Amino acid sequence: MVSLDKAPLGVKVKVVDILGGKGIIQRLNELGIFPGTCVTVLQSGILRGPLLVSVGGRNVALSRGVAKKIIVEVYK
Amino acid sequence: MRIVLVGQPNSGKSTIFNQVAGYKAVTSNFPGTTVKYLKGKVNFVGEIFEIVDLPGTYSLTSLDLAELVSRNYLLKGEADVVINVVDASILSRSLELTIQLLEFGIPLVLCLNFMDEAARKGLNIDSSKLSSILGVPVVECIAVKGIGINKLFLTALKMGKVKKKGREILYSKDVEDVIEELETKVLTLSSKLKVPARFLAIKLLENDDEFISAVKDEELIAEVKILQDRLSKRHGKPSYLVISAERHASALNIFEEAVKVGVAKVLLRDKIDSLLMHKHLGYVFLFIFLYGFFNIVFTFGKYLEEPLISFFEDFLIPEVSFLPINTLFKQVLKGLLEGLAGGIGIVLPYLVPFLIGLAVVEDMGYLPRIAFLMDTFLHRVGLHGKSVVPLILGYGCNVPAIMSTRILESERDRFLTATLSTFIPCAARTTIIFGLVAFYIGPNAALLIYLLNILVVAALGKLLSKVTPEAIPIGMVMEVPPYQIPSIKVVLSKTWLRIKDFVVVAWPLLILGSIVLSLLEYYSLNNLLNLFVSPLTKVLDLPQPVGVTLIFGVLRKELALVMLMQALETTNVLTVMSKTQILTFTLFTLFYVPCIATIAALERELGIKKTFFVTILTLIVATFIAFTSKEIVTLLQIFS
Ligand SMILES: Nc1nc2c(ncn2[C@@H]2O[C@H](COP(=O)(O)OP(=O)(O)O)[C@@H](O)[C@H]2O)c(=O)[nH]1
Ligand SMILES: [Mg+2]
Repeated sequence: MVSLDKAPLGVKVKVVDILGGKGIIQRLNELGIFPGTCVTVLQSGILRGPLLVSVGGRNVALSRGVAKKIIVEVYK
Repeated sequence: MRIVLVGQPNSGKSTIFNQVAGYKAVTSNFPGTTVKYLKGKVNFVGEIFEIVDLPGTYSLTSLDLAELVSRNYLLKGEADVVINVVDASILSRSLELTIQLLEFGIPLVLCLNFMDEAARKGLNIDSSKLSSILGVPVVECIAVKGIGINKLFLTALKMGKVKKKGREILYSKDVEDVIEELETKVLTLSSKLKVPARFLAIKLLENDDEFISAVKDEELIAEVKILQDRLSKRHGKPSYLVISAERHASALNIFEEAVKVGVAKVLLRDKIDSLLMHKHLGYVFLFIFLYGFFNIVFTFGKYLEEPLISFFEDFLIPEVSFLPINTLFKQVLKGLLEGLAGGIGIVLPYLVPFLIGLAVVEDMGYLPRIAFLMDTFLHRVGLHGKSVVPLILGYGCNVPAIMSTRILESERDRFLTATLSTFIPCAARTTIIFGLVAFYIGPNAALLIYLLNILVVAALGKLLSKVTPEAIPIGMVMEVPPYQIPSIKVVLSKTWLRIKDFVVVAWPLLILGSIVLSLLEYYSLNNLLNLFVSPLTKVLDLPQPVGVTLIFGVLRKELALVMLMQALETTNVLTVMSKTQILTFTLFTLFYVPCIATIAALERELGIKKTFFVTILTLIVATFIAFTSKEIVTLLQIFS
C-alpha cells in the first residue's frame, strides 16, 4: 500500500483509505473518490505539481498534498 | 411558479437557463463560474414562470460560499419545483446529489443532460427505469443543442402544479433505525426550520455545522451525539462517513440497475490531453497558445483600428472645426464625438476579438488545463489550487473574478486571491496594452507586459502570503472536464453579453467623461486637475496633460486610453509622447487603482477596510513598476 502520489502512472489502483479531516474527505467524496474506488494516475506535474487522476470516467486534478492522503493498493 | 435549477458544477444549468431566459448567464467549460444565483422571468411553452440558476453544488453538505448560496436558497423554500440537472456521462456520481434532493422532499424533475457525452462513453441509460426507481420524471437533454428543453419545462411545470414528491432512497436497516429514532426527536425543530424531519435527522447525523448550530436544546444535542456514536461504533468510522458511504453505495446500485455500460469510444481528445497536460510539453504548448492568442487578437484589432481611426480623423473631427471658435456648444460636441470615436475606433477593435477568443477558449475547456499546469507555481507563492480560477477569470473582467473567490474555502485565500485578481489585466486594460504598447511599440512588447504582470502578481502573492496567517489549506481538488467543440451560437451570445456591458455601461461613461473633459478644458479647469496629479506625472516623467486621464481612468480603465488621445489632442500618440512614456503610462494604468466596479466588488467581498488596503497597494505597486521600468528603459536606451 502506498499513497497515491507514489502510485505508478497509467495503472489502475484501488483506494483503501483517505486520511485527513472532514473537509478533505467530503471534497474527495463529492468527486467520487471513496475507499474502494478504482483510480488511475494519468499525469504527474513537474516540480511536485498536481496529479491528474481518472476516476469514474472523469479526470480530476489533485494537488500532491491531497494525493498523499489517499492510500491506495497497487495490483500486481 | 418558480422553477429552480440545481446541479453539480458544469452540468449545464446555465446553458439550460439561457435556452429559455435568453442569454444572460455566462456559461463555461470550467467549474465554478456561477457564484450567485440569477433569476429570469420567462414566457415559454405558453406559460409564464420564473426560473432560477443556482451556483453548482456537489452536495447539500455545503463547503464553500457558492455552494452555501445554493443550499440556503433551497432552504428558504421558495422553489415550487427543482430541476436537478445532471451530467449523464457521470451519472453515478451525480445521483448522490439527487438522493439528497429527494431527502429534502421537494418536487423534482431529473434532467439527464450531456446525453451526447453519455453515448460516447458507451452508457446506455434506461430513463424510464431510472424514473421508476427515483419516483420522479426523467427527461433526456442535450442542452447545448436545445434538445429536450421543451419537454423538460413542460414536465417541470406539471410537477410544480401537482407537487408530487419523489421516492425516498432507504439506507441499510441499522442506519435507517437510527435515522428514524432521531426523526421522532427533531419534529419541533424541523417545523421551526421548515425542513422535513428525515432530512434534518440525516444532516444532524452527518454533523452538518449549520444544522448542528441551529440546535439550541442541550438535551437534543446530547441525543444527537449518542446516535452519532452508535453509528460510528457499529461501522468503525465517523457517522458522517457512514452516511456518505451509504449514499455512495445507493447511487452505485441505482446506476447499475438503470444503466448498461458498453464500450467507450477512444477519442482523439484524450490523446490531445496527454500532450497538452504533459509535465514538460504542456508548458511549451501553453506558451505557443498564449503567444498565438495575443498575436491573433492584436492582428485583428490593428486591422480594424487603423481604418476606423483615420475615418474619424478625416471626417468627423474636421467637421466640428468649422464651427465658430470656442463656443461651449462646440466644446461639448467635440467631447461627445471624441468619446464616441474612442469607443468605436480604439476600444472595440481590440475588445471584440479578445472577447471572442476568450469565449472560444472558455468553451473549449482549456482553462482548467491552464489551472492544472500553473498550480505548482501558485503553491510556491502561497496560494492554493483553486485560486487559479478567479485569476484566470480576471483576464475577462475583475468583477466576476473577485466574486468567484467565493469558491475558495478559507477567508485568507479569498482575501489573497481577490487582491491579486485586481492586478490581472482585464479586457479593458488589454485594450490599453494593445492600443498603446502593441500598436506603437510592438506586439512582443505587449506580450512582455503580460509576463511582467504575472511575475509581479507572483511576487505580491509571495509577499502577502508571508504576512497573512496561514490557514490550514485544502489543496487543489478540481474537476477537469473534457474538451468541447465550442458552439458558434454560444460564443457569439457570450461575446455579445460582455460587449453589451461595454456598450451600455462603459460607453456612456466614456462619452460623458469626454464631454466633462471638454468642459474642463473650456473652463481651463483641466490644468487644475493636472496640477493636482503633477507630482505623480513628474516622477513618472509623463506629460502633464496626462494627469486628468489617470483620474478619469478610475471610473473605467478604457477612459484613460480614450481621454489620452483627447487630452493630447491627437490620435497619433507618438507625436507627443516618447515610446518610453507610452510604456510608463501603460504600466501605470495597468496596475493602479482598479476601476469603480472592481472597487465595489471588492467592498462586497472583503469589506471596506481591506478594499482600502488593496487600493493603496495598487497605487504603490503601479508607481513603483512604472518608475522602475522608466529608469531601466532610459538607462539601457532600449528605444533609441
Ligand atoms: N456536449 C455537451 N455539452 C454541454 C451540454 N450542456 C452544456 N454543455 C457545455 O458544458 C459546459 C458547462 O455548461 P454550463 O451551463 O456553464 O454549466 P453550469 O456550471 O452547470 O452552469 C459549457 O461549455 C456548455 O457549452 C450538453 O448537453 N452536451
Ligand atoms: Mg453556471
